[in-house]
Amino acid sequence: MTIRTAPRTAAPGGVADALLVHPGEVVPGRLKARGPLRREGPEKLTGEAKYADDLVFPGAWFGATIRSTEPHARLMGVDLDDGFDWSKVVVVTAADIPGENIVSLISDDQPVLVPVGGEIQHQAEPLVLVAAPDRSTLRAAKRAIRVRTERLEPVFDPLASDHVFAHYEISSGDLDAGFAEADLVLEGTYRVGHQEQLYIENNAMIAVPREDGGVAVHGSLQCPYYIHKALKRALSLDDVRAQVIQAETGGGFGGKEEYPSILALHAALLALKCRKPVRMIYDRHEDIAATTKRHPAIVTHRTGVKRDGTLVAQDIELVMDGGAYCTLTPVVLSRGALHAGGPYRCANVRIRARATRTNTPPNGAFRGFGAPQTEFAAETQLNRLAEALDIDPLDIRRRNVYRVGDTTPTGQVLRESVAGEEVLERAAEAAEFERMREKTARSRPPAGSGDTGNGRPLASAAARKAQGIGLALAWHGAGFTGSGEVKLASVASVELTGAGEIRILTASTEMGQGTKTIFPQLVADALGVPYEAVTIAPQDTAVVPDSGPTVASRTAMVVGGLCIKAAERLRTQVENSTGGAFADTYRDYARSHGATRIDQRFEPYPGVQFDDSTYRGDAYPAYGWAACVAEVDVDLDTGEVAVTNVVAADDIGRVIHPILAEGQVEGGTLQAVGYATIEEMKLVDGRYLNDRLATYIIPTALDAPRITSILVEAPFSGAPHGAKGVGELPMDVGAPAVVAAIHDATGAWIHDLPATPERILAALGATTTPPAPASVSPGASAGQVEKKVEEPIRRGTDPRPQGRTDPQPLRGPQD
Amino acid sequence: MNIRMLVNGAPAEIDVPGSRRLLDVLREDLGLTGTKEGCGEGECGACSVILDGQLVDACLVPISQVDGATVRTVEGLARRRAGEADRELDELQAAFLAAGGAQCGICTPGMLMAARAYIDGGGGPDEEAIREAIAGNLCRCTGYTKIVEAIAMAAGRPAV
Amino acid sequence: MPVEPPIEVPRTLVEAFDVLASAPHRPIAGGTDVMVQISGEIGPPPDRMIDLWRLQELRGIRLADGVLAIGALETYTDIRRSALCRELVPALVEAAATIGAAQIQNRGTLGGNIANASPAGDTLPVLLALDATIVVGSQRGERSIPAADFWIAYRRTALEPDELVLRVLVPPPVGREIRFRKIGTRRAQAISKVVMALAWRPGADADGDGDGGAWRDVRLGLGSVAERPIRAAKTEAVLEGARPTTETADRAAETLAGEIQPIDDVRSTADYRRVVAARVLHRLIRDAGGW
Repeated sequence: MTIRTAPRTAAPGGVADALLVHPGEVVPGRLKARGPLRREGPEKLTGEAKYADDLVFPGAWFGATIRSTEPHARLMGVDLDDGFDWSKVVVVTAADIPGENIVSLISDDQPVLVPVGGEIQHQAEPLVLVAAPDRSTLRAAKRAIRVRTERLEPVFDPLASDHVFAHYEISSGDLDAGFAEADLVLEGTYRVGHQEQLYIENNAMIAVPREDGGVAVHGSLQCPYYIHKALKRALSLDDVRAQVIQAETGGGFGGKEEYPSILALHAALLALKCRKPVRMIYDRHEDIAATTKRHPAIVTHRTGVKRDGTLVAQDIELVMDGGAYCTLTPVVLSRGALHAGGPYRCANVRIRARATRTNTPPNGAFRGFGAPQTEFAAETQLNRLAEALDIDPLDIRRRNVYRVGDTTPTGQVLRESVAGEEVLERAAEAAEFERMREKTARSRPPAGSGDTGNGRPLASAAARKAQGIGLALAWHGAGFTGSGEVKLASVASVELTGAGEIRILTASTEMGQGTKTIFPQLVADALGVPYEAVTIAPQDTAVVPDSGPTVASRTAMVVGGLCIKAAERLRTQVENSTGGAFADTYRDYARSHGATRIDQRFEPYPGVQFDDSTYRGDAYPAYGWAACVAEVDVDLDTGEVAVTNVVAADDIGRVIHPILAEGQVEGGTLQAVGYATIEEMKLVDGRYLNDRLATYIIPTALDAPRITSILVEAPFSGAPHGAKGVGELPMDVGAPAVVAAIHDATGAWIHDLPATPERILAALGATTTPPAPASVSPGASAGQVEKKVEEPIRRGTDPRPQGRTDPQPLRGPQD
Repeated sequence: MNIRMLVNGAPAEIDVPGSRRLLDVLREDLGLTGTKEGCGEGECGACSVILDGQLVDACLVPISQVDGATVRTVEGLARRRAGEADRELDELQAAFLAAGGAQCGICTPGMLMAARAYIDGGGGPDEEAIREAIAGNLCRCTGYTKIVEAIAMAAGRPAV
Repeated sequence: MPVEPPIEVPRTLVEAFDVLASAPHRPIAGGTDVMVQISGEIGPPPDRMIDLWRLQELRGIRLADGVLAIGALETYTDIRRSALCRELVPALVEAAATIGAAQIQNRGTLGGNIANASPAGDTLPVLLALDATIVVGSQRGERSIPAADFWIAYRRTALEPDELVLRVLVPPPVGREIRFRKIGTRRAQAISKVVMALAWRPGADADGDGDGGAWRDVRLGLGSVAERPIRAAKTEAVLEGARPTTETADRAAETLAGEIQPIDDVRSTADYRRVVAARVLHRLIRDAGGW
């Protein structure tokens, strides 16, 4: 079910009634209630769509990676078994890399292959590559390669690591004064573990040598120009000889943002050496073992609040586990820190964040990009505050949620498109939150009625299943953090070909979210032509300009905006020349003028400024807002949780395509439910134990709740179409809502994700040893309520002098 | 081992090792790449096909067991009209397209085959029954909502 | 693409016995366990395989002299659809319905579940609780092995290398109650953290209070709490001759918690398994007692 609504507060100076738009209903002056059918849908539905592993390159060889089986070691040598005929295969080591042995990203710390003499930093790190003309020869060759190593001491605890990838401090107001003013001070420590993106198509790349000595890679990927840059640098290629072509991509969620660069390099190195196309298609085991995950994090809150629920002080410390290499960690940490306080007004805030290195596989981008970790902590902390003050969770949010004119901890004044209150009210209303909460409270077994003795069920027979309902609210900065877009200066183009075809040229990739549908929709609207008249060029670096990476929910908002501007310029040019409407005259114009291509470069949003060196200013041009109400059934004997219903209200600015947007909300919500309940990565000696689909568990259709999505439209004036992006927003808000619902059902707060049955029974006191938090070392126990206790939080965990503001500047790719 | 089978109504004969997976025969020997591999261990259902009327994971079936059998894959769903290049989506594919049941598309072929087996087995638009029928097919994009809607649509009546 | 070991495809059971007598071969039926192993990722793939799929002798669900005989090649779907199974062994039908999803149930077989000998095999506690007999055979003839003697160690069975599981015999279940409960990792495609089957023969309800009187022939089968599917003998002894009262349930749960030695693994913790096994047993007894 879907409800679309415009914010009450959208009307300037007045309060308008919510406008509900039912599916299929067309509202005059607004976008059509239904968008066109998915552009590449028929190919996907008939099996004709070609994903990387479906591409056939005659004579292609098969490539494989020899990986480390230790978390930290020195690579002493690579031995090739004399009994094997090495003339049949090619072997690539770091010595074969023609350019710099670097996977180009933010930092230059990650090698393409560990060189002999170099340090292995994590399990499954690539050491040697091998390719063979057939799979059985490849298997035999792999068995005939031995690596010699000397083990070094690994570091697994991010709190104990002294290698800091990035650290920030954001502060506003006077923290001491804020705590002095507080009626209640609450502390809490929250831990979240790794999460695997688990796109159903594994990472895959095929490299094909070019006649000019370069290489073309075809693969499953989000960011063609990230790979392009990585190829140029490590292979010493120019812009032309390095070519990246996206195959149909079976899901990304951030997992194909930076990882494909190293895989493309591996395939390319082998292809250049054997002079044949080389296929590198990961199986699921290799994909989970080696590729990036969501960063584990430890978030500590100390919050001061007035008796009426008004927030007066937030002291937040965030530590993220970056894994063995930097990847995108500084920007993940930055987004996590910027969202750490939640969508709430608070005059006195300090947010200290750092990310450290551990000897575990590198962590990277995953939908939400640092925000789901910190917003889980912020929302659970707020729900606990509401409980401590005996205030309704809805009311404490009403009291504190940002409104137009409020100022964030970076000093950003929220001038427009602020819909936190709207999404909160819409979700609560649709879910009947208050009524349901009264109902669950009545049905809850009274405290002490259960016997937690060995083996005995907790609850009475009548209450063996407890129902609960929970609420959470989140914000998500739209597009890149800080000055990212300005630095990136993306280009999107619209071309009228000599043959009269209208073509969109961008590097924005389709991976299910609908790029190939909404871009033609936006351009067709801007040109006044039918949707079908607009085509889209393949995502091939030889064809399309660098429109930046397909990440950060920026595609619809930023690149879509560029497409509209390019189309508007094209329309003006044609109409000025022909004197007629574009739709009637463009074919004639093309015939007489030949091809016309408009390149549109990103221009800064007016009035939006951010200072990377002081971390002050407009961290994002606008924010999306999301509220989630989750209902759960908890089996009090076993701790099993069924998430039965979720209502998600998301303000994404102007909705371009309701069905695609709902698809994002529903999919993101289920990923958040998985994060909250069952998705867990356990590590032993820095190696993922859950490295198969039989052990890394994601929700099936039977585990998925019924999801009701409500799309709220608070347009952003900086984008020509008012869109703010939708991909990541729903991921931020689901987990704290589910955890709040589990608390409502059981009375127990779960501080560590996922809230597994094991953790729930431990929290209820039924088992004696709570399971260790995934991949982070056990530390201080979870939070406690205290009054006016003014001790500094976890003294000594921050390497920097207290109170000093020395953010590390961002560089390289953002988000 | 010599294997004869009927694939999407057309006879196929191949000579391959008997322990080769049906999935590999379809994708590599017959060039039917619509059937996808997601895990290789029967967990994700991306390789679901209909073997002698039953939904199976093609990654778990040795080809030795397919001799003399009929196999339906995603390529066999759309009808191709004689003399026309265009295909006509069947009602299930059309419902997926209209409802937004396919996003990245990698689970879609297997999901369609699970839905096909469900509907062919007499399944109706009941939401819980549909969810059970596709419980062996993992989707990471949709949250399953629009997939369930699409199957209910194709199964006769709109979802509840 | 995995390795492709040589595979024999016998058409009759006699042919299959000949193949197995000549050299060890890994039997494959529905492939849901074996085909995962040929990737070589989990362990070494089998050197040689024997495909049992065409052996009609191993199919069929029949009732003869009150004994239910289920062929080794009967799939979970076959069992779920079988009117005989639904009537006589509903707990087995229930267990079959919790395994995988449609794709796995259409292919996975009862014989495969038995021979694969996973400590988490979901039908195995039911077979233990039903006092089932597993009939195995080879060129040397047939023999019957009680379920309780079949799984002897971690992933090891009483089968000789040349023997196949032929069928399962379930004694007349008339007058016998049986309950099944699986605690899995999720609601479908789930591997069990604890799986349990409890069977008993209710005595005469002498005092007419509805609890059915004292229990006889109590069997408690468990999976995922030890290196193999087990029967909990001490707990059975507590329940044998007892009535399903609160006190009985408390004692039985406590005994079970002390009797099993589960481990921490990728799916759960020893502590959770012990406590939940005890709680689930407690609940089964409570439900039976109707209090």
